[in-house]
Amino acid sequence: MKILVCVSQTPDTTSKIQFANGNTELDKAGIQFIMNPYDEWYALVRALELKEANAGSTVTLLHVGAAANEPTIRKGLAIGADDAIRVDAEATSSYFVAKQIAANAQGFDVVFFGKETIDYNGSEVPAMVAELLDLPFVSYGSKMSTSGNVATIERDIEGGKETVEVDFPFVLSCAKGMAEQRIPNMQGIMMSKRKPVKVVPAVAVNNTVAIKTYSLPPVKAGVKMISPDNVEELVKLLHNEAKVL
Amino acid sequence: MSVLVFTESLTGKIKKSALEAISYGYQVAQQQGTSCIALTIGQAEGADDLGKYGVDKVLQVSQVNGFDSQVYANIISQVAQQVGATLVVFSHSSSGKSIAGRVAVRLDAGLVSAATTLLNGDTVNKNLFSGKGIATYSISTAVKIVTISANTFPPKEVSGNSVAPEAASANIPTAKIRVKETTTVEGIVPLPEADLVVSAGRGMKGPENWGMVEDLAAILGATTACSRPVADIHWRPHHEHVGQTGVAIKPTLYIAIGISGAIQHLAGVNQSKTIVVINKDPEAPFFKAADYGIVGDLFDVVPKLTAAIKSFKANN
Ligand SMILES: Cc1cc2nc3c(=O)[nH]c(=O)nc-3n(C[C@H](O)[C@H](O)[C@H](O)COP(=O)(O)OP(=O)(O)OC[C@H]3O[C@@H](n4cnc5c(N)ncnc54)[C@H](O)[C@@H]3O)c2cc1C
Repeated sequence: MKILVCVSQTPDTTSKIQFANGNTELDKAGIQFIMNPYDEWYALVRALELKEANAGSTVTLLHVGAAANEPTIRKGLAIGADDAIRVDAEATSSYFVAKQIAANAQGFDVVFFGKETIDYNGSEVPAMVAELLDLPFVSYGSKMSTSGNVATIERDIEGGKETVEVDFPFVLSCAKGMAEQRIPNMQGIMMSKRKPVKVVPAVAVNNTVAIKTYSLPPVKAGVKMISPDNVEELVKLLHNEAKVL
Repeated sequence: MSVLVFTESLTGKIKKSALEAISYGYQVAQQQGTSCIALTIGQAEGADDLGKYGVDKVLQVSQVNGFDSQVYANIISQVAQQVGATLVVFSHSSSGKSIAGRVAVRLDAGLVSAATTLLNGDTVNKNLFSGKGIATYSISTAVKIVTISANTFPPKEVSGNSVAPEAASANIPTAKIRVKETTTVEGIVPLPEADLVVSAGRGMKGPENWGMVEDLAAILGATTACSRPVADIHWRPHHEHVGQTGVAIKPTLYIAIGISGAIQHLAGVNQSKTIVVINKDPEAPFFKAADYGIVGDLFDVVPKLTAAIKSFKANN
């Protein structure tokens, strides 16, 4: 089975967010970039489990990003992917990224994604890629079993679960429950250095959206403290001031 | 020209998030001087009532069973072209998100997801970095697509008109996804749609103490949530886990009980309109993100708060 896992990188959640250049770009100074957790913990690990259950399979990573992002790819290889493709371009929009992925995703039996990135939380790319490849798309998968050419997947929906069946090939986005995080071991890290990373140029794309400016959210007025012996005061404030009761 | 709103159903009923999408579509259509058209797919209980929310037309494609984003995207794109839609609106929900990207590709349309403002010309805002930043987008394509952030555009009844649903004509492709089972928790507002949320963390000491959290939620009519470790150690079901790796929510009231307020927790809840924190540690980071705080022992404060709300409700 040929398995593709698309990975992106995002600022760590604990990063302080600031904007630069007249609020037209993210200020990258001091930001720690990590592999998007949904891609790493759920998509990549479930892909490796699928490989392990199907002898002769391979797991290929696909990343759209500049050479500076190489550590993210090496980490994925250290966790266990066999090889990687890097599309050498800045990821300027979801559509741009989807087009790059589609251009490199031919011939795979399944394309894995994390359910969303933790920076833009858009959840846009997997659906776009599925459409570009004309494949079925199972989103927010939290459990998967396979039998021959059929995958049975449990997916998260608002306030519940849905169980679906789909034939390979398909596109899958992974949520919590799909797998458990794997920490790369020393051997994995050593081997990752020798695994092939193919660098390919980007295909031309006309962007359909652009970010004009960034801004910071308004700051909260500050917390009002209430005595634990006067919870009636809280009820009053929730009713009269916050107007939520 | 028109605004087309994909009006989604879950287990056959039109969802609250779909009414929010209609309110959004209606307001943009008003600004643009165009009409607002709702499209339902599959069984859609409540379609007869959509006129109240300002739609001019309700189109239905009912002969579809089970959710397959490929089938839905195909139908929605056909209808969008028939009605000359320049804006297609989706809820930012599990199905809306699964379809919108596909429709964007089919219609060569620019997509902005989880919009927090009305589309104004070609400009729309969304939040980034778990609410730590805001981006103002411009969409350069003739047809535009937005998915709208939940609990941001309250459904508004704006008209006494009743609009009778009509069947839309669309080719229905064969589904490649076979839906075997759909289960939803009955009688509870799902967390992403909940207006009021009572959430508790490791400060509860054990699952046997959750009765007081449920009592507070019941008196408020709130949905219960929890921090990640609480779900990980199986004190509470996984679907209650909120935060960066769980459900992201945006209720009008979020009450956090015995939760420290780690940044990964805040990432999923910091866009709540009003945040109340109950914690015995005055240094708990959550107080910095709160509107109202009580420093105290939750085992003492929570039952008192429930009683106070009960008597408030009895007198109002
Ligand atoms: C990559 C990553 C992703 C994560 N994602 C999430 C996520 O999605 N959601 C999430 O919640 N966490 C997430 N976490 C974990 C997060 O960092 C915190 O560890 C977690 O939120 C803490 O849960 P808690 O507040 O319930 O427990 P604790 O941090 O143990 O806090 C318990 C609190 O209860 C208070 N308390 C104790 N007893 C009482 C009492 N009797 N009365 C009143 N107060 C009391 C304490 O003062 C303390 O503040 C993530 C972590 C990582 C690294």
